[in-house]
Amino acid sequence: MSSMEVSNATIETLSTLFAENKRFDGRKLTDYRDLKVSLDVSNCAEGSARVILGKTEVIVGVKMAIGEPYPDSPEKGNLSVSADLLPLASPRFEMGPPKFDAIELPRLVDRSIRESHIINLEELCVKPGEKVWTVMIDIYPLNDDGNLIDAAVIGALVALKNSVIPGLDENGKVDYKHRTKKKIPLAANLPLSITLYKLGNSIILDPTREEQEACETKLNIGLSNLNGKHMIHSCQKGGDVPFTQKEIESMMEILPAKYDHLIEKLKKFL
Amino acid sequence: MVEKFKRIDGRKLNELRPMTAKVGVVPNADGSAIFSFGNTIAIAAVYGPRLLHPQHMQDSQKAILRVNYDLLSFSVNDRKKPGPNRRSQEISKVTEWALSPVIDLKQFPNTVIDVQIYIIQADAGTRTAGINAASMALAHAGIPMADLVCSVAVGKQDEHIVLDLNKAEEDFEEGEGATDFPVAKLANSDEYTLLQLDGNIPSNRVKEVLAMANSACKDIYEVQKNALKEFVK
Repeated sequence: MSSMEVSNATIETLSTLFAENKRFDGRKLTDYRDLKVSLDVSNCAEGSARVILGKTEVIVGVKMAIGEPYPDSPEKGNLSVSADLLPLASPRFEMGPPKFDAIELPRLVDRSIRESHIINLEELCVKPGEKVWTVMIDIYPLNDDGNLIDAAVIGALVALKNSVIPGLDENGKVDYKHRTKKKIPLAANLPLSITLYKLGNSIILDPTREEQEACETKLNIGLSNLNGKHMIHSCQKGGDVPFTQKEIESMMEILPAKYDHLIEKLKKFL
Repeated sequence: MVEKFKRIDGRKLNELRPMTAKVGVVPNADGSAIFSFGNTIAIAAVYGPRLLHPQHMQDSQKAILRVNYDLLSFSVNDRKKPGPNRRSQEISKVTEWALSPVIDLKQFPNTVIDVQIYIIQADAGTRTAGINAASMALAHAGIPMADLVCSVAVGKQDEHIVLDLNKAEEDFEEGEGATDFPVAKLANSDEYTLLQLDGNIPSNRVKEVLAMANSACKDIYEVQKNALKEFVK
C-alpha cells in the first residue's frame, strides 16, 4: 500500500480541483460513484445485502432473536446496530478495542434507521413486558474506499426490506431453520444517509478514502421521504472546521434530489 | 453396507461440495481471495510484509505470520457475538501453523504478514475453506511460497468415511456418530500442515482418511490454481 497519510500536496491539489468542480476520478463534486447492490450474502441471516459504491464494499446482515424488552418500552421490540471495521478491509483498520470511527459508524446508522421509525417496533412485541423480538443489524466493510456510512445505511435498508422473521417452536424458542414468510413490519418511508464533506469552500459527496481524509469536516444526514416531504431524521457534524450558515442552507438544497436519485437506483430492492 | 449409505445431500462418499474461487476481491489488500465449499464461504486478505509494531515483537531473522480467523455475526443461525473468542483464536493459530511452512519468511526480517480470514456464510468446513482462501491470497500478494496449501475436512458418519461434511452431516448422531477430521497439506507433496479431529475413529482407518484427503486436495489445488491463472490473464 502507498503511504497511509494523505500528503499536504495532495490536499492542495484536491482543494484546487474541487474549486473547479473537478475530481481525480472525473466526477462532479456532488456525484455518487457507481452503486451496485445484491442480496443474500449469507443464507443464515434473516436478510442481508452487499453494497458496492465505487471501490467501497460493505455487507450488512440482519439477525433476529427473542429477548426482554427495555423497562421503559415493555411493548416494543429492540433494535441494535453494530459495525466491525475488519482489518481485512483496510490497512488502516487494526485489531483491538474500537477506535472512534468504529464507534461512530454504527451509531450514525442506528440513528438514521431508528429515528425514521421505519421499523414498527410495537409489532415486534411477542408478550408485553416479557418477550420481544430484537432486530440486530451488523455491518462489515469488506473494502474501505471512503463513505462507509452512506453505503452502510443503504445496506441496512435493503437488508431490512428483504428480511423474514424466523419461526418460533412450541416452547417459544426461535427456530432459525424454520423461515416464515412474514417480513419485518416496516413503515413506508425509506431512510438513507447522505454525508457531506467540506474542504476549503467546497462541499463534496461520496468521497473516496483519499478525499475523505483530505476533508476537514463532515455533516452526516439521515433522511427519508415522508408523505412526499423530505424529512431529516438525524444529523451529526464531525471535524474541527465549522460550516457557515450559507453552506448549511446550500447543503440542504442538495439533499432532496440526491435522495431521490439514490432511491431510484435502489428501487428494485425496496 | 458401505455402498448403500446415502448422504443427506446425495453426494458420493468421496465427493466434494461444489467449489468456487476468485482472487483480487479486496482492492485495498496486497492479496485477497474468496473460496467456497458449497454453502460455506470464506474471504481472506493479506497485508504485508509490513514493519511489525511494537518493535519488541519483531524477529530480526524472519517475518512473523499473523492469522486472524473469525465468523461474521450473521454467518451462522444463532448470531455470533462479534469479536474473537477461544474457538476463533485457536483456529487462527492452527491456520498459522498450516500456512507458515510454505512461506519463505526469512526473506522479510522484522516484518509481519497479516492474514485476515472471515467466514461470510457457514455450513461446516469453515477453517478449511479459510485456509484455501488464505493460501490463494498469499500467492496473490506475491509472497514467495514453496507451494500452495490445500485443505479439506474428512469426516466419519457412523462407520462411513465421507469427504467434506456439511453442517447437517456434522450433526449426525446415529451409530458411531459424526467425526470431523480437518486436514491441510502441501499441494505437491505429502506433507500435512494441519491435522485436527473431533469425534472417534479407529487408528487403522486414518490411512483411509488421508487417502481421501489427498485425492480431494488435488481437485482443490486445480480450483486454486485456475483462480490464480484467471487473475493473471
